[in-house]
Amino acid sequence: MTAAAIPTRRRRDLNLAPLMILASAAVMAGLILMPLVVVFHDALAKGVGAYFAALKEPDALAAVRLTLLVAAISVPLNAVFGVSAAWAISKFEFRGKSVLLTLIDMPFSISPVVSGLVWVLLFGAQGLFGTWLIDHDVKIIFATPGLVLATILVTFPFVARELIPLMQQQGADEEAAALTLGASGLTTFWRVTLPNIKWALLYGVLLCNARAMGEFGAVSVVSGHIRGLTNTLPLHVEVLYNDYDSVGAFSAASVLAGLGILTLVLKSVLEWRHSGELSANRKH
Amino acid sequence: MTDRFTAAPVVRPLNDPWPRRPRLVEHSVLPGFKLSLGITLVYLALIVLLPLSLLAIRPWELGFDGIVKTLTDPRVASALRLTFGISLLAALTNAPLGLLVAWTLTRYQFPGRRLMDALVDLPFALPTAVAGIALTAIYAPTGPLGALAEKVGLKTAYSPLGIFIALVFIGLPFVVRSVQPVLQDLDKDVEEAAQTLGASDLQRAAYVVIPAIGPALLSGISLAFARAVGEYGSVIFIAGNLPMKTEIAPLLIVIKLEQYDYAGASAIGCAMLAISFGALVVMNIAQIYLARRGRA
Repeated sequence: MTAAAIPTRRRRDLNLAPLMILASAAVMAGLILMPLVVVFHDALAKGVGAYFAALKEPDALAAVRLTLLVAAISVPLNAVFGVSAAWAISKFEFRGKSVLLTLIDMPFSISPVVSGLVWVLLFGAQGLFGTWLIDHDVKIIFATPGLVLATILVTFPFVARELIPLMQQQGADEEAAALTLGASGLTTFWRVTLPNIKWALLYGVLLCNARAMGEFGAVSVVSGHIRGLTNTLPLHVEVLYNDYDSVGAFSAASVLAGLGILTLVLKSVLEWRHSGELSANRKH
Repeated sequence: MTDRFTAAPVVRPLNDPWPRRPRLVEHSVLPGFKLSLGITLVYLALIVLLPLSLLAIRPWELGFDGIVKTLTDPRVASALRLTFGISLLAALTNAPLGLLVAWTLTRYQFPGRRLMDALVDLPFALPTAVAGIALTAIYAPTGPLGALAEKVGLKTAYSPLGIFIALVFIGLPFVVRSVQPVLQDLDKDVEEAAQTLGASDLQRAAYVVIPAIGPALLSGISLAFARAVGEYGSVIFIAGNLPMKTEIAPLLIVIKLEQYDYAGASAIGCAMLAISFGALVVMNIAQIYLARRGRA
């Protein structure tokens, strides 16, 4: 950075700085940080005992298990898709690429509720395959497969959109060199491409996972809210909250908030340590 | 685009393949094109295109008149108005707030700057249902800020104001993250030149900074708006969900589905997508206009 090397005098800015910092801190604390604090405060409102009792409840444990299961299926699928899409888009030239990119980004601009609704239109009782599924006794909506499908649709672009800009920027020269030297396609991918994209891949998986575990709107439409069976952790929070079980709801919410904090910490570490290996819009 | 050291226009290398339209598929030595594109297209078709095409088809079983009747039903029309109106207000409110935070993060060094930078993404990282119940606890009449607002006669939670607060919360990172990289890259030289030439802070902001970040700011606003329109989890707890008063369009989709009115639910979903799309097109045109003016 040349600008930093030139000593600059910004007297007027210096006068403005404390005011701007204070105002920003006020916005961040009042609007963004306060909800996080309230989650833990209300979870512990009746003491640590009540907090852990709420977490050990069988329905809460079932919700945690289901949340982990749904994420364990949908995140790897979207990761494989993300790598495939990024490989095709960044290493090859073909027509219709911008259309493909737009379609991949589309799930981000759709309401989560609509992302759930479309699966009901396909597999719901009065959906396209509804009668067939009932005849063959296959349950998708109000069951785990529906939750997985809704989650996959909502988190669809996360990995792909981290990888595509980075791999486009890296080009295909290194892979071409490896192939010319006699490496097989698979070896080239494992030994050349993957080391180049591993941090960006991890970054995408991290964001994808956070959204998959925390998704509410889409899964709420396909879940049916059956306690202990089709409630993921965010849905469990809703059920308890609507039952006026404040400590229970905020205890379960605190687990999700913890996941959010962990995601932010890991994300920041990746941005600081490996900023050179993330796509350009992730470098702060 | 100009080279920042010489201010000379960057000349494209002669062997740049781009000016020519690419063939359907350009030849490459790399393997795996068919496999990777195949996986991509099949997955895209099954997960995104097939389900979403049903959303466009399903409302037509009501017939055109039926769709119009569904969407002009007072309850539906009022939910759509509320959703788009408050989303727009919240996105516009995010502009000055986001600009303030992005400016502070890029221009000043202070203890806790990195923490503040990381916290900007909290609304992305915090599950929406968690944000929803937490915001409700804060702004309910019994909550810390809700009680405060009540004293000055403001009803926050269970009113349109509550929905507005939730949407400002959810939209802030979009504006900050859109504007931040542009502010970071904004040539300090240009600003300093303006200062040397005697421009005041206000003049610098109006003639140098705002034109440069205009397009990014507008893109941040449209992202925040698009997200706000579809937002469900963080809103339904604080909204109170009174029909005709604080009922948002996504909730109406859920209600229609519970009544097994798939066609009606799809019609509302389609209308939301269509209005969002129209709004994004308008914003895009404005953005292109601003970018041209910023360059000139």
